[in-house]
Amino acid sequence: MLKVENLEVYYGVIAAVRGIDLHVEKNNIVTLIGANGAGKTSTLNALVNSIKKKGKVTANRVDITKLPTHKVIQDGIALVPEGRRIFVNLTVDENLRMGAFNNERFEVLKEEMYQQFPRLSGKKEQMGGTLSGGEQQMLAIARALMSEPRLLMLDEPSLGLAPKIIGELFETITELKKKITILLVEQNAFAALKIADYGYVLENGSITLEGNATDLLGNDEVRKKYLGG
Amino acid sequence: MDFSTFLQQLVNGISLGSMYALIAIGYTMVYGTLRLINFAHGDIMMVGAFFVYLASSMGLPFPLAVLAGITGSVLVGIMTDKIAYKPLREAPKISLLITAIGISFFLENLFNVLFGGVPKAFPAPEYLTTSFKLGEVILPLMVIVIPIVTVLILGGVLWVLYKTKYGMAIRALAFDIPTVKLMGVNADYIISIVFGLGSALAAVGGIFYAISYPSIDPLMGIIVGLKAFAAAVLGGIGSVTGAVLGGFILGFTEIFVVAMFPDLGGYKDAFAFFFLIFVLLLRPTGIMGEDLDRGRF
Repeated sequence: MLKVENLEVYYGVIAAVRGIDLHVEKNNIVTLIGANGAGKTSTLNALVNSIKKKGKVTANRVDITKLPTHKVIQDGIALVPEGRRIFVNLTVDENLRMGAFNNERFEVLKEEMYQQFPRLSGKKEQMGGTLSGGEQQMLAIARALMSEPRLLMLDEPSLGLAPKIIGELFETITELKKKITILLVEQNAFAALKIADYGYVLENGSITLEGNATDLLGNDEVRKKYLGG
Repeated sequence: MDFSTFLQQLVNGISLGSMYALIAIGYTMVYGTLRLINFAHGDIMMVGAFFVYLASSMGLPFPLAVLAGITGSVLVGIMTDKIAYKPLREAPKISLLITAIGISFFLENLFNVLFGGVPKAFPAPEYLTTSFKLGEVILPLMVIVIPIVTVLILGGVLWVLYKTKYGMAIRALAFDIPTVKLMGVNADYIISIVFGLGSALAAVGGIFYAISYPSIDPLMGIIVGLKAFAAAVLGGIGSVTGAVLGGFILGFTEIFVVAMFPDLGGYKDAFAFFFLIFVLLLRPTGIMGEDLDRGRF
């Protein structure tokens, strides 16, 4: 589904990502875990060409390395950015419409989203900025799904949310797996590995460990560094 | 001031305010999306008037010449963005601002070279320059036409912004350009729409101005542009309704200062800017403006 080869990201002379390889199989949840500043967000932003990169990215055997951001999205890849990035000055309904900007099936899709995320359906005309953090995250995911992506990339969806909401959120993500492929970037390693099929550990811009999610959960080093012993 | 004089000045104020409003919308929309004060915008108004002049002198009937003028302005407006501003999207805002001032000088001097600096008579057809009497009040036809067209255009702009998907993208862009791209939207295309729309309105404003003060010259856009910019700031830059409100307030102020204190007529421009400073002291974000970092229409 998604193949990343030798991805490098530099901010000036400082390397944020130092030549990593990633494979995301169809209908899997693959997670990229690591501490703050490990290069997780840089990786995702580089994949959609929001920032400059070196390396090669292939999605469904099509080379998308050099496509401008909007073309990558039109190619069936969606990114839920870090910090949700809801359009605060647009209504919930308009936020969803933006997600399906190039999709004429938006009315049908919107109804599907309101069914899947019932907490949003009562707030259609409310400004995005008035929603709670959890609702904004749901809206950000729903908005990304409006483009009917084959690959959904989520950047730190649990950031700043209450534990109960995080549980709800990860259930939703697990549900999504039935239909689409997911690349999940998380600091919350335990929650991410529990729902993932495969995981990568990113440290200082390099992959230091990878494997089946259940194996990583049992790995001593992972337990010590990311799961609090 | 007797009642008929008051009425006379009122319609003059509405008419002048409309022209400022039309040009101010372009300032406010470009600022809202790119955080750029497009100092070349006043000159786009001049470009519009000159294209009408050119098309008219080539024998086109006036309505078609107007269409040519608007089209020409839209193209020039979009081209300034593509050629001068687009390469600087990631650059510091101050570079954009300096570039805008450069474009402004460029357009003024280009038209000076092409057409000469001597003011030209604007080829307004007679049916638009007639006046009629209403009691004591003399009403030039344009004084009626201008506000009506302005209101229709404002309605159209608000319709585009709030009822179409492109308008929705413009509002989203004002808040967050990178995230708009993540929606699969070609942000540069939307920015072109903003420049095109703003330039079209500036051209209409310029044509109105040229009909009302029937001569044009390459520097005509400077002071009108500056006042329209003041109107946009007064109303709250980033807000379309604010720009229109600011335009009308400035238009009225200017007309009534001259009407009430004819001796101070020479200071009318100074008074407009003094008024702007006064309002900004009380309300730094302008009348309708709120959060400058959020951008709203």
